[in-house]
This record gives sequence, structure tokens and C-alpha cells, in this order.
Amino acid sequence: MSFINLREKIVQVKVVYYGPGRGGKTSNLEYINRKFSKQIQSEMVSLKTHGDRTLFFDFLPFDMGKIKGYELKIQLYTVPGQVKYNATRKLVLKGVDGLVFVADAQEAMREKNIRSLNQLHENLKEYKESIFKIPLVMQYNKVDLRDQGIPILPTAVLEQDLNSKLKVPYFEASALTGYNVPETLKKIISLTVVSVQKKLL
Amino acid sequence: MNYGVVSQEQLEKIDEILSEQLIKIGVDCVIIIDMAGNIITAKDNGTSKYDVYSFAALAAGNFATVDAMAKLVGEQEFSLLFHKGTDCNIHFSKIDEELLLITMFGKHISLGFLRLNVVKALEQIRKLWGVK
Repeated sequence: MSFINLREKIVQVKVVYYGPGRGGKTSNLEYINRKFSKQIQSEMVSLKTHGDRTLFFDFLPFDMGKIKGYELKIQLYTVPGQVKYNATRKLVLKGVDGLVFVADAQEAMREKNIRSLNQLHENLKEYKESIFKIPLVMQYNKVDLRDQGIPILPTAVLEQDLNSKLKVPYFEASALTGYNVPETLKKIISLTVVSVQKKLL
Repeated sequence: MNYGVVSQEQLEKIDEILSEQLIKIGVDCVIIIDMAGNIITAKDNGTSKYDVYSFAALAAGNFATVDAMAKLVGEQEFSLLFHKGTDCNIHFSKIDEELLLITMFGKHISLGFLRLNVVKALEQIRKLWGVK
């Protein structure tokens, strides 16, 4: 849940990057951290295993400047993608205002994407949130691998698998090169801010 | 209780309580956060500089983890959460289901004295918010 400090005129909003393991959630945040270093005043926090996999979450506070006199602070989080960490995924989802679902566009990952999205749906229900109502953006990541001859699902198939009912904005992306990473971020921020305004003001 | 928006008046009163009960006895920094990792208010002694936003995210995660562990062993909650360092200590206490009070203090304050003052501050904050 977002928080508004009326005295200091600060709005804090929580955006979580969700998706299957090794899908590129942390890479999204790392790219944002490099690219927008001027808007990021503190270090990116990463709680990871020795094997560089996310253990708990990554955290990146992002300053959006002022909107209507209020300073907007976007708190970006990732969840650990590995199947076994669902308990921690749920903890990170607490109070979420907006979500980016980072799907892995490789053919081999098709089923894992669907499973992860289903689990997100279940996890949100536990917080009495609905995947159909919460601001959500789909990101089909790793499309750059197509050039290396790795089989990548056509966007139409990903849309059919993941977004046929949700019908949320989507982006083909490459977290590695940064392709559509800022676009995804901008989209989720604008959706989330509108939703928070409706809820709280 | 709706804490999504806290009025200026409420925040000022809370800051007063924190200053009076905790900063005055020599605490370095005190933060109120929600369980999602947002900062409600932060107050320090003027000399310590912490990255409170990252701290809030980690503290909320830490508290939630310990809470989940308590449930696993059949406890309702672990009521004392305290980290001891050489120069800095961190004490966590729950204000209610959604809010946490985090106190950072040095070696010159005893844990017992701190806890007494934390309890007083908690009582006053709960009263202010009408939490039972």
C-alpha cells in the first residue's frame, strides 16, 4: 500500500517485478540503476545467494521528481523467482501498488511463465488484491536471444498464454540491452500513480 | 485505522512523542514504517545519517521473516526482536498489525532502559491512533 506523507509532501509507491526464475527481473532493476543513476540516491539492495540468484528481494528506490507539489518516490522490488521461494515472494508482495510481470520469451520457458502468473494470481488473493484490478504491465523479456538462434515464442503466443484475459499493456524487451526496459517502467509508474490517486486522494 | 494518509497534525504529535521518549534519552535514530516497507516518519539526533529508505525495505522484510518463523514453530509472534552490534544496536517493536517502530541506539543506552521508553512511546502512539 502506498503511503502519503502530507507534512513532507512525499508519496511512496511500491512496484514489484514478478516472474519465473532467471527471467530477468533483477536485470531490469540493474539496468534502471545504471541508466537512471541521477534519480537514484541510494545503493541498490540485493539479497542473493552465493550463486547470484535472488534470495529475498532486490530493492531500488527511484525518485520521480514532483507531481502536483508532491515528491514521488517509487520503491522498486523484485521477488525471488525460484519455485521453492514462494513464501518469500508472498512477503515481498505485501502492500504492492503495481506489478511488472517479467516473462521469459524463450520457448522452453513457456510453461514456467504460465505457472508463475497463476501463482501471482493466488498470492495476490491472499492479500485480497485481484490480478484483474491491480496495475500490471507484461514484459516479454529476452527477445534479443532471437538473433542468436535461440527459439523465442512469438509475441502473439505469449499474449495468448498470459494476457488474453488480463489485457494489460505489454512490451517485448531485453533487460540485458535495456530495450523497452525504461518503457516498461514508465508505463507501470503511470498506471500505478493513477490508481493510487484514485484510491487515496 | 487508515494510515495510508496521515495528517500533518498526527505526524507532528508522533514526532513529538518520538523526540520526547527516545531521541532525548540518546537514541540515534527512530523510524516508523509499515509492513510494506514504506516510511511513515523518521527522526534522528541530527548527527547520524542512515539511508532510511533502504533500511525500511530491509527492516520490513526482516520483521516479516521472523514473524513467519514464529508461526512455523507455533508461536503467535516473537515479541522481542533486537540486533546487537559493537557500536550500534537495532530494536524492533510492533505498534499494530501494520506498523513497526524501529530504534537504532549506541552502546551507552541499556536495552532495558530503551525498552521501557519504547513501551511508553508505543502506548502514546497507539492512543493517538486509537489502536487497541
